[in-house]
Amino acid sequence: MKLSNRTKVMEQGEMTLAERMYLPAIVGGMATTLKHFFSKPVTIRYPEQKRYLGPIFRGQHILKKDEEGAERCTACGLCAVACPAEAISMVAAERKSGEEKLYREEKYAKVYEVNMLRCIFCGLCEEACPKEAIFLRHDTMVPVFNSRDEVIYGKDKLVEKMDHRYLREGWK
Amino acid sequence: MNLLSDFFLAKAAFIGIVFAITLGIAAYSTYFERKIAAFMQDRIGPDRAGPFGILQPLADAVKMFMKEDFIPANSNKWLFIAGPCLSMLTALMTSAVVPFGDTVTIGGITFDLQGIDVNIGILWVFGIVSLGVYGILIGGWASNNKYSLLGAIRAASQNISYELAMGLAIIAILLFSGSLSTKAIVEGQQNGHWNIFYQPLGFIIFLICAFAECNRTPFDLPECETELIGGYHTEYSSMKLGFYLFAEYINMFISGAVMATLYFGGYDYPGIEFVTAQFGNNIAVFVGMGALIGKALLFVFVFMWVRWTLPRFRYDQLMGLGWATLIPLSMYNVVVTAFGILIGKPFTAGIVGVVLLIGGLLIHDQLFVKKKIA
Repeated sequence: MKLSNRTKVMEQGEMTLAERMYLPAIVGGMATTLKHFFSKPVTIRYPEQKRYLGPIFRGQHILKKDEEGAERCTACGLCAVACPAEAISMVAAERKSGEEKLYREEKYAKVYEVNMLRCIFCGLCEEACPKEAIFLRHDTMVPVFNSRDEVIYGKDKLVEKMDHRYLREGWK
Repeated sequence: MNLLSDFFLAKAAFIGIVFAITLGIAAYSTYFERKIAAFMQDRIGPDRAGPFGILQPLADAVKMFMKEDFIPANSNKWLFIAGPCLSMLTALMTSAVVPFGDTVTIGGITFDLQGIDVNIGILWVFGIVSLGVYGILIGGWASNNKYSLLGAIRAASQNISYELAMGLAIIAILLFSGSLSTKAIVEGQQNGHWNIFYQPLGFIIFLICAFAECNRTPFDLPECETELIGGYHTEYSSMKLGFYLFAEYINMFISGAVMATLYFGGYDYPGIEFVTAQFGNNIAVFVGMGALIGKALLFVFVFMWVRWTLPRFRYDQLMGLGWATLIPLSMYNVVVTAFGILIGKPFTAGIVGVVLLIGGLLIHDQLFVKKKIA
């Protein structure tokens, strides 16, 4: 007869007295709004207060250094190849003797630039990197820029500061 | 002669104070409207201008003044300007007869805390409120815009419809007081004999009609944004629009004060003898003035509360409610009140009247209304 017995037949009869008087429904609605009047607002005042976006949020790029403070990037170019938006460009250079403290591998990125207007924050560079050098940090967003000069982020903005290291949940 | 000039000075000062209070409350009503809306929707609301955003009305006023004061080319210019002026004028004139307090004696001179105590006080309120429709009607017509005109027509027919029920609700009050003077009505309710206890049905009718008269949700059809892109003030900008919006908030406050006067004992408050004995008559009277303003503000809150709770009525529902429900109900209320006064038990009569009404409706329901099957 019926496919399931969960079908509920809605019969449109006349409204009951309470329904036709409107007033009980109005009082009920006003009770609901009054309850919300005293409940806590859900608003987050954005520039002053920031919401925690989770451990895997893809924010601003960072070029990691290792424990000794040497840059991990070896300028292999896999991130630039993986990048679907072609936002990454770099110039490689050979490490001189005496620079072992600065660069971990024998080849390093002399110039490493990310165009933040092109970047789509997909995180493919992070996945492609064999040296665990580039990450998209979960705690910082790329700030608003007002002119095109500020758009390209060089090594000065990207390389990790040793006094302010970036750590993710689960990292040692 | 000296006495006369003193009298005029005192009256002018008092009217100035009442204007200042009314305008201040109207300005801050815009802020509280937004705040209350925000709280009811679990938001915070305006909080950028000053601490908690309390300078928001100031910022809004500056914005209103800075905007281009535009008059449409095909409008009737003088009427276009006259519309908001008339709205504002009538909104402010109503407060003249509201008794804000009893008499105070300062420096041997007795002042009456009321703009003017005329023996037709409540008729004055009615006359001015009816005139208020002209502000909207003229503004809507002078705009030469079909949406404005539709809004104005709606406002006019709505106000006329609801004034009838409102008047009948007041007649029941007049049966108690035996006078049209607002002062006499308030004095008859002193010491806790508030009319709300004798007239619960009358108060509900009056409240609903007050919503319709103020063009507030759920009866804000004259200015419904979704259908009429703003209704009668579609073409208005700058401070002319500000006047219309201001007039609406003033009307809310004044109708709150009128409701407090008619049904909630005006400046009466519990413990008035104690305050009089402890601090003297003047302090007691000023506390009473505060009590009246507090009651009016409570009604302003109810106006806003309802606005953020209920959706808008459809136009035929609005007219049906006015003509087919409220007018018969208020006639019934008048008959019940008159009967109660005749037998000398108005309180019992009021309660029995409501019980009989609901009982009668229930019986009618059982006999004639088709029941839902499921």
